[in-house]
Amino acid sequence: MDGIHDMGGMDGFGPVERDEVVFHSDWERRVFGMVMTAQMENTNTDEFRHSVERLDPALYLSSSYYGRWLASLEVRLAERGLIASDDVDDRVGAAVRPSVTATIGLPKDSPSGGPMRMLEQPPRFAAGDRVHVRDAHPHGHTRLPRYVRGKAGRVSLVHPAFVFPDTHAHGLGEDPQYLYAVQFSAHDLWGEGDHVVHVDVWENYLEPA
Amino acid sequence: MTHDHDHHDDPRALRAEALESILIERGLVDPARIDAVLDHFENDLGPLNGAQLIARAWTDDAFREHLLRDGTGAMESMGLGGPQVDHLVVVENTDAVHNVVVCTLCSCYPWGLLGLPPAWYKSFAYRSRVVREPRAVLDEMGCTLPDDVEIRVWDSSAEVRYLVLPQRPADVDTTDPGELASRVTRDLMIGVAR
Repeated sequence: MDGIHDMGGMDGFGPVERDEVVFHSDWERRVFGMVMTAQMENTNTDEFRHSVERLDPALYLSSSYYGRWLASLEVRLAERGLIASDDVDDRVGAAVRPSVTATIGLPKDSPSGGPMRMLEQPPRFAAGDRVHVRDAHPHGHTRLPRYVRGKAGRVSLVHPAFVFPDTHAHGLGEDPQYLYAVQFSAHDLWGEGDHVVHVDVWENYLEPA
Repeated sequence: MTHDHDHHDDPRALRAEALESILIERGLVDPARIDAVLDHFENDLGPLNGAQLIARAWTDDAFREHLLRDGTGAMESMGLGGPQVDHLVVVENTDAVHNVVVCTLCSCYPWGLLGLPPAWYKSFAYRSRVVREPRAVLDEMGCTLPDDVEIRVWDSSAEVRYLVLPQRPADVDTTDPGELASRVTRDLMIGVAR
């Protein structure tokens, strides 16, 4: 989805403040612990990330990092029927449950033992190949940042194959495919700059350039 | 680092507490397991793990070559790894090249080698700006690079985790791994220091 989380290249957030803290208060620690240990059948990293991305953009921007984890945990638990959507509201006596864009599907597969997969076919691209990134705008989960869509780059590293987040987040199968680090020039991305940016892109988003 | 005094006037704290109590009642979380996980993350994981890789690469050329060619294998050969480092790629700084790591989409970070990320790594400012104007961001963070140093930004948009192999400090003449590792900071391995 073209969501608020896809921040690469956005303006307006000001200087980087050197906040070195991991947890700002004890409730953030407990939220991290809950997310790491809650028994939620069939959930996976891709579903988790998507549940953060789907939070109301205003809530996303106004919450701390673990505030987003708290809100998205409530969302996942309610979507899986493990709590009612107003259970927490009832207990705290306030109607402020997180609002969210509906998912296009929850994972149905068994939890996988890690995201890497072995494929029989060889990678389609090799290091050094010129490639073009498809200008895709899927409504569901994707790890393809907006700022590289439609851009040309060069394969810098051929990684192993990994499950495809776009399907894995939604119960549409693993569809594992090779992953590539693709190097883009700042000039191609932003019209200026002398640096390069490497982004990991799954194979089916790439075409020969 | 923890502020229990804000517990009672922070609606998010009340919400987190309410959710935890609901999950405990329904058997969906075990508070003792939460404590154990927090203890592991806060006490066992941290930049000292990653620093062991870097310190060895600074003194052992064969290991350095292995680390750059096959980060995962080299890491595992030292008994390191852990959460969020399924596949490790190590990128090398040189006189001419500086590498810096970000996750523009969320907060991907090699937990098993660096611990949990600091707030600034997950901040909207860092995520939005490093891919667009890395030289300015690094300068603001106290890492001023000469104009002729090429900057390579690595956006961890998938399950690969990146770690920077910084240059060995010129003023270090020891080969003691512990002493060398003490010079390797988290910021060097993310690439916001040089």
